Amino acid sequence: MRKSTAKIFASTALVLVGALALSGCGGQPSGGDTSGSGASGGGLTGSVNTDGSSTVAPLTEAAADLFRDEESGVNVSVATSGTGGGFKTFCAGETDVSNASRPIKDEEAADCEAAGIKYTEIVAANDGLSVIVNPENDWAEDLTVEQLNLIWGPEAEGKITNWNQVDPSFPDQAITLFGAGTDSGTFDYFTEEINGEDGAIRTDYSPSEDDNITIQGVAGDVSAIGFLGLSYVEENEGVVKAVAVDGVMPSTETVQDGTYTPLGRPLFIYVNNASYVDKEQVKSFIDFYVANSAEIAERALFVPLTEDQVTTATDELASLG
Amino acid sequence: MSPTSTTATQPLRASAPIATGRNGEMRPSALAFLLLLWLSLFVAFAVLITLLITIFLTGQNKLSTALLFNFPSADPDEAGARPAILGSVWAIGATAVMTLPLGIAAAVHLEEFADRKRWFNRFIELNVQNLAAVPSIVYGLLALAFLSMLGVTNKNIVIGGAFALTLLILPVIIIATREALRAVPREIRDGSLALGATQWQTTWRQVLPASVPGIATGSILALSRALGEAAPLLVLGALVYITFDPNGLLSGYTTLPIQIFNWTGRPQEGFHELAGATSILLLAVLILMNALAIFIRNKFQKRW
Amino acid sequence: MTAIIERRGGPASGRAPAPASSFAGRRRPGEFLIKLALRLAAAVTVVTTVGILIALLIPSLSFFAEVPVLEFLFGTRWAPRFADASFGVLPLVTATLWTTLIALLVAVPFGLGAATLLAEYARPRVRKVLKPLLEILAGIPTVVYGFFALQFVQGTVLRDWLHLPTGAFSVLAAGLVMGVMIIPTIASIAEDAMSAVPQALRQGSAALGANRMQTTLRVVFPAALSGIVAAVVLGISRAVGETMIVAIAAGNQAQLVTNPLDQGQTMTGFIANAALGDSRVGSLEYNTLFAVGLLLFLITLLINFISIRFVRRFREAY
Repeated sequence: MRKSTAKIFASTALVLVGALALSGCGGQPSGGDTSGSGASGGGLTGSVNTDGSSTVAPLTEAAADLFRDEESGVNVSVATSGTGGGFKTFCAGETDVSNASRPIKDEEAADCEAAGIKYTEIVAANDGLSVIVNPENDWAEDLTVEQLNLIWGPEAEGKITNWNQVDPSFPDQAITLFGAGTDSGTFDYFTEEINGEDGAIRTDYSPSEDDNITIQGVAGDVSAIGFLGLSYVEENEGVVKAVAVDGVMPSTETVQDGTYTPLGRPLFIYVNNASYVDKEQVKSFIDFYVANSAEIAERALFVPLTEDQVTTATDELASLG
Repeated sequence: MSPTSTTATQPLRASAPIATGRNGEMRPSALAFLLLLWLSLFVAFAVLITLLITIFLTGQNKLSTALLFNFPSADPDEAGARPAILGSVWAIGATAVMTLPLGIAAAVHLEEFADRKRWFNRFIELNVQNLAAVPSIVYGLLALAFLSMLGVTNKNIVIGGAFALTLLILPVIIIATREALRAVPREIRDGSLALGATQWQTTWRQVLPASVPGIATGSILALSRALGEAAPLLVLGALVYITFDPNGLLSGYTTLPIQIFNWTGRPQEGFHELAGATSILLLAVLILMNALAIFIRNKFQKRW
Repeated sequence: MTAIIERRGGPASGRAPAPASSFAGRRRPGEFLIKLALRLAAAVTVVTTVGILIALLIPSLSFFAEVPVLEFLFGTRWAPRFADASFGVLPLVTATLWTTLIALLVAVPFGLGAATLLAEYARPRVRKVLKPLLEILAGIPTVVYGFFALQFVQGTVLRDWLHLPTGAFSVLAAGLVMGVMIIPTIASIAEDAMSAVPQALRQGSAALGANRMQTTLRVVFPAALSGIVAAVVLGISRAVGETMIVAIAAGNQAQLVTNPLDQGQTMTGFIANAALGDSRVGSLEYNTLFAVGLLLFLITLLINFISIRFVRRFREAY
């Protein structure tokens, strides 16, 4: 009786120890995460915490992917609490970098200042905030800003529920709406440009901080409409399609030359100055981000920076270091 | 028409169906009823099989070592679940270390030492039953509040998730351990006490060793449940894109179910395939754990 | 020293004897500490419950300082994070009711059917095989169920095969899969309850000429009724508290659901979705999370109490 008890204990203990050991040393083919030279390139360690916009997140994720090839010992994490949510953690000193799809607001800047957080704003890429519909939607291919305001404005809540209310030539179908949630910079930007005031929007739509949900929603419903960053549209070609706004379709060219308006916008990363100066891995990551912005934007299907923007960004960085 | 059943002594449980004569059983209504019953069982299994087949069909393309060893990526062809796998190991490991001693100790107290007539102990029993049925997301809220109270700002740490999971499966472990303890006959305890042992010595040297298989089975099943949990960890910020291996109790992490949740929410087909493949992986691990539990029960369970 | 043993007849029951005070075993000093440690471990469960209550109550009180309770409980517009905010929780509650109802419509007939089959008709060997197989349904992680609900049930079955007027998410898909998930819960408790009915009752019924169906329907079901009710109530509790399936498949739109093919956001869905964003501790958004959590906890507490009473009744009856 004693022997079998001992056997059970021993085997369970072995399994647990084995699992922990595996996790501790086994599974890392490229370099270690403890101090020591990594097998590929640099030997930096430590973490870079980023949070914020789900529009910008794929860009930062692509940067993290490429960065890992150079510095495999650095732990980059990308959370997506939305631009507003990201600023809250940023101004509390919890993150090193804040991803933002709109500029920092005055209240947020004040919070940062009150907490003693100094930061630098860097334009990381461009975006054409796109309005999307289902690929089988053949009636709403070009919408004016007024029509968008009609669909999305606060007065539309409960009232504008059918496509033919937008334009009598549209079919008699109920509209389902998907879009960014209130913590999202995309939300702030869209409401400001289309409805005239930041935060002014009807509330009877499907809000989410995760733009993938918007894609899923529009892709699954013929009469759905949504709004999100252009990179998501490019990633999901054929699954959803973009709508021309005032006659202009969003694309790299129209965003860079400014014809896609008012929804063309820059995308930002905000860097905590203290993190940049004190933490070598953060400096390395940000330098890499800016220096390789074209490659990163291409990998993540974003609209890259114009030449002027690249120069500005590099100058900003130089002033930091 | 008198029934021709010849059942003599019947145990209390319905171990053998009672035959009541062929005529009664062959009536169309009785047959239809039986058919309906088999149908309901059949439907349940049919859905289960459909689920397993669809998961397998969706995920089979992505079942490869890349899934095990790669980090998440924006490109579905390159993405893997490595941080999630290690995160799960860390989270479940930490949970086991915290919950097993606590749950077994509590069960031993309730079963062996507590005076069951006192209202306080009955209250604890009722309480445990209640806790077993609280929605799992509430445990996430509890852990969130606890971490906030401690002043911890970054909620995405392994120990936070382990804390939520520990409390979540604690009632399950207590209930299972009590069942195992109850299965040990009184004679064992009485004999030990008759030889002059104290109650603790009896418990520690006779009752507990005898109930180890039952406890082990219950614990493994409870831990497998914790492995599949996602809701409390969502609240604790485990949905995060990380490019590193979770490597400590205070490390950032994500887990297999959260990774599945992440990939399910993405529109690209490639990510759905990854979600399917990770589901297969998770199911395989769960099957292994359950098989281990059943094996322990069958091999080591004592027949008194 | 002598140990005094109380003599009690009867078969081995395994119940622990009365506490040590009636036995004069040699006391060892460390044992006091050990027993104290055990007692503390048991107390942890009470601390957990108290902890849950406190954790939920404190932010909720801050919440109700800003939002009137009546507006919360009976308002029909749920827009907590918007500039023009409303905090009426009814949309979340109705969505929860819808998913629970649909789940029960699936789980109760199939669960009871399976339970009846296992308890009344199946031979012990068949039962030994079928029962664990049914338990597999309970072991599948809810995330995987959610994935199945979104991809297959909503996408393939409801949209592609049946061409129903529905979008990417629906309350129906979530409810149906939830129902399948709780079939084993209902089946196993109902089966326990039915098996606990003594054979004597069945024999008596058979002696009066009833066939198995009549015995089952007219004798066993009524006799096991409290257990069956306990099973259903426990199923309700699981359905109300389920998060992942609805978070994945039911959608994010908090609206008063009238058509199950529409989206809806349940209480658990809201908590999961809101928790994905960032809510500063002490802010109204943070407190909203806990207010909904409190409501959820109280509802499931009530349901569980009812269920436990029914379980006690059926366990004690025989």
